[in-house]
Amino acid sequence: MPQVTFTRNIQRHVSCPACQVDGTTIGEVLEAAFSANQMARGYVLDDRGALRNHMVVFINGTAIRDRVSLTDAVPADAEVYVMQALSGG
Amino acid sequence: MSNRMYVATRKGLFTLDRGRGGASEWSVSRTAFLGVPVSMVLPDRRDRFVYAAVGHGHFGAKLHRSPDGGDTWEECAAPAYPPAPEGEEWRCTARNIPIPQSLELIWALESGGRDEPGVLWCGTLPGGLFRSPDRGSTWELNQALWNNPSRKAWFGGGMDYPGIHSIVIDPKDSRRVTIGISCGGVWVTENAGRTWDCRAKGMWANYMPPERKFDSDIQDPHRMVACPARPEVLWVQHHNGVFRSRDGAMSWQDVETVKPSTFGFAVAVHPAKPDTAWLVPALSDERRIPVDGKVVVARTRDGGKTFDVLRDGLPQRHAYDLTFRHALDVDESGDHLAFGSTSGSLWTTDDQGDHWHTVTANLPPVYCVRFA
Repeated sequence: MPQVTFTRNIQRHVSCPACQVDGTTIGEVLEAAFSANQMARGYVLDDRGALRNHMVVFINGTAIRDRVSLTDAVPADAEVYVMQALSGG
Repeated sequence: MSNRMYVATRKGLFTLDRGRGGASEWSVSRTAFLGVPVSMVLPDRRDRFVYAAVGHGHFGAKLHRSPDGGDTWEECAAPAYPPAPEGEEWRCTARNIPIPQSLELIWALESGGRDEPGVLWCGTLPGGLFRSPDRGSTWELNQALWNNPSRKAWFGGGMDYPGIHSIVIDPKDSRRVTIGISCGGVWVTENAGRTWDCRAKGMWANYMPPERKFDSDIQDPHRMVACPARPEVLWVQHHNGVFRSRDGAMSWQDVETVKPSTFGFAVAVHPAKPDTAWLVPALSDERRIPVDGKVVVARTRDGGKTFDVLRDGLPQRHAYDLTFRHALDVDESGDHLAFGSTSGSLWTTDDQGDHWHTVTANLPPVYCVRFA
């Protein structure tokens, strides 16, 4: 199962503990991570379900390419990091 | 007289309470959301709830509410745009960029009428107007305005996208709502948002091409306020000057007499005297600084025929404070005002501006000042 870790920066506003979830695309993985934590969803994704403009997601150290439909593939043993882009700071 | 005010800033929300010494005795009593931009604050005079809109650089715009005047806060729902119809894309006609159907910023919050407890109105970037029936627990986009074909003419003013910054609910008829849009003119509904009319006749924009400068739906009202006792009288600080309406926005008259400049962002009107209004002029569009480095407030008591330039107690040497559109407020008595600046200063008066007192010069840039 992919392991998802959220930036410390976000924890100040909404609790986002690291978790292991099912999913083969980053969209599925994030939806699974947010399924029990709907408040956190809006901190990472916008109204359209796209990645927020100043957020970044890494899969095994590589930033995702499809920030709108979130179709990047996620290997079963992947490490996923959700963090803020410095552009928004 | 109000003994409390809320100041929303680039780095948090500040609650100030008044001591016994009048205008010189305001002090910060509480902070909230420190380090986070607070784009708007609304103390709801109907029920003591306070609402704070925060705009996280990374995590988006959120809304928080307090049931106890700011002692405790809980996050409530932020307005959310419904999905755009498949294949539909609205583009800014001025710059040909797509307008996202997504919340960018909460720029205006107002209480509904006295006869509709818990109702809130919210103006946003990129131009959507929302209504909540339940103190911000749920929100609904006003589709009639959002889908109005005239919206295609709107464009951003100081922002990437158009935005609703002013919402006036008629105290005598809650169904009558007037809004100001940068840049999209002034719009009025008489039926709680079912239909809308653009009413900016008389406004003009000298900075536009000659054939467009009188178009109603591209006007840039920076801030619009109405006299609560005479809600048909509206004042607007516009990008191109100052305008006043005496007929509920059906027509607007250019107020050219403002001294020392007709440019600025903020305007306030007396709650009972529609001819008394205050502005905080800046030099010009190209140079958004006080005229001659002197912070002043312009006040009229005769509907704009003449203006007093009020400077007692305000910095008069090398001061470069700009006052944003929501950063000037007058309380329910009409005697007490406060305004804040981009340089973090906050001033108050107890005599309609004849004398000012510096509360602090060390706040973060001030976005919004509101008396409780």
